[in-house]
Amino acid sequence: MIAFLIYKVILVLVIFTITLAVAAYSTYAERKVAAFMQDRIGPDRAGPFGILQPLADGLKFIYKEEIIPNVSNRFLFIMGPCIAMLTALMAGVIIPWGDTVTIGGTAYSLQIADLNIGILYVFGVVSIGVYGIMIGGWSSNNKFSLLGAIRASAQMISYEIAMGLSIIALVLMTGTLSLREISLQQAGGVGSHWNMWNVVYQPLSFLIFIICAFAECNRTPFDLPECETELVGGYHTEYSSMKLGFYLFAEYINMFISSAVISTLFFGGFNFPFMNDLGLSQNWITILGAIAFFIKVLFFVFFFMWIRWTIPRFRYDQLMNLGWKGLIPLAILNIALSGFFTLWFGK
Amino acid sequence: MLTSRAKVVVNKEMNFWERIYLPAILGGIAVTMKHLFRKKATVRFPEATRSISEVWRGQHVLKRDEHGAERCTACGLCAVACPAEAITMTAAERKKGEEGLYREEKYASVYEINMLRCIFCGLCEEACPKEAIFLTDRIVSTDYTRDGFIYGKDKLVEPTNARIDVTKRQTPAVLEFKKHKLLSHNK
Repeated sequence: MIAFLIYKVILVLVIFTITLAVAAYSTYAERKVAAFMQDRIGPDRAGPFGILQPLADGLKFIYKEEIIPNVSNRFLFIMGPCIAMLTALMAGVIIPWGDTVTIGGTAYSLQIADLNIGILYVFGVVSIGVYGIMIGGWSSNNKFSLLGAIRASAQMISYEIAMGLSIIALVLMTGTLSLREISLQQAGGVGSHWNMWNVVYQPLSFLIFIICAFAECNRTPFDLPECETELVGGYHTEYSSMKLGFYLFAEYINMFISSAVISTLFFGGFNFPFMNDLGLSQNWITILGAIAFFIKVLFFVFFFMWIRWTIPRFRYDQLMNLGWKGLIPLAILNIALSGFFTLWFGK
Repeated sequence: MLTSRAKVVVNKEMNFWERIYLPAILGGIAVTMKHLFRKKATVRFPEATRSISEVWRGQHVLKRDEHGAERCTACGLCAVACPAEAITMTAAERKKGEEGLYREEKYASVYEINMLRCIFCGLCEEACPKEAIFLTDRIVSTDYTRDGFIYGKDKLVEPTNARIDVTKRQTPAVLEFKKHKLLSHNK
């Protein structure tokens, strides 16, 4: 029992640290990617190649004056960023970061909790995430914050539907809600035990899911909750100091977790091509698998940034049109098609 | 049509692929990917400075002749030529014993250029019959007050121990051109 607890605590701490580190360096990467795509160099003053930039940014946030508006609801104002941060970190619990490592005859899974309803948990946590933004925007008692919060909640609620529907098609095919089992089903990939990743069978589902993931994370082209040309800063207009930092940080954590979920569901999770042909022991396969998983996740984090610096944001009515008239019917069509194919071809 | 850049507006309906927007996004991310590997335009300023043109027109200098005497005779042609009216001067007569300081009997006791007014056009330099004023490749630095931008003789006249090279602007072609006083430009 004690050994179990120690193993879980270590795993939680490691994943927590990695999540925070990746989120911190995502801010740096975002600025670098933006700069490179605009033929600039980006931050390069803090340390070699500017790698200490996240540290400097964090310090700046902490040392800035903290302003809580007199007319705001103080309790909710502080709760807002806390909820945003909390829910962003909570989703990392059910991600299978790797297969099992066997030490001294005991198999340790590189996943904090293997819930048999893993996907539902993700959706549950993500839908709480909207409260962080909503409460923050509303309690600021500022019209721009409120408008930003309304936009964010409307957007997240309507895109959650399409997201859920797109996953139903996948669940129909895999027959499980557990993220670990979905990963294991995709074992092998190219090489012996020929087995393709889910994206090959469910391309439409992947497309809908990734579009909705962009909307859920409030990322460009769906970042109109913080549309600075219309709403000053959106829901975080009144926030300053580290509370603002938490909101921005939560966005990057969400991005990381979304990328992890996408990699798990559609891109084979911790499996990598030729994993059965290398002739390595299970522990080595697990370690390499975890690295492969991180490469996939980091690619999607980069993809988020890539899109951000490529396309402009949607207008509000375009966003709603796309969500309700485009993605939801498409997702329903996709369910029907997957049902048909599952019935016809087995799998 | 003067240029061939004019575009005729076509209001045709978008086809299916244009309406689903995804091919356009793929085109866009291809463009940004290309830029990711392109040569960067940034000049890392404190370490590297941007090179300036050979005939850059920067802060003025009032030249001395080869013996160290000021060439300016306070004729006022530069002030007349100046389109921004940035130059003011007061003339004075040379006393006995000042022959080493001033080349001719008349000199400028006060010579001021307001750097906030100056547009660095170089007309003063063209107008000068005595080869006394030149624009150099030095950049006029910032200041906290407006007074600081009015440069007097202390900042304009070149020091005898640190001569300022203006040969880049005073090329033989320029000197030859200036000799032809009949050209309306040099009258």
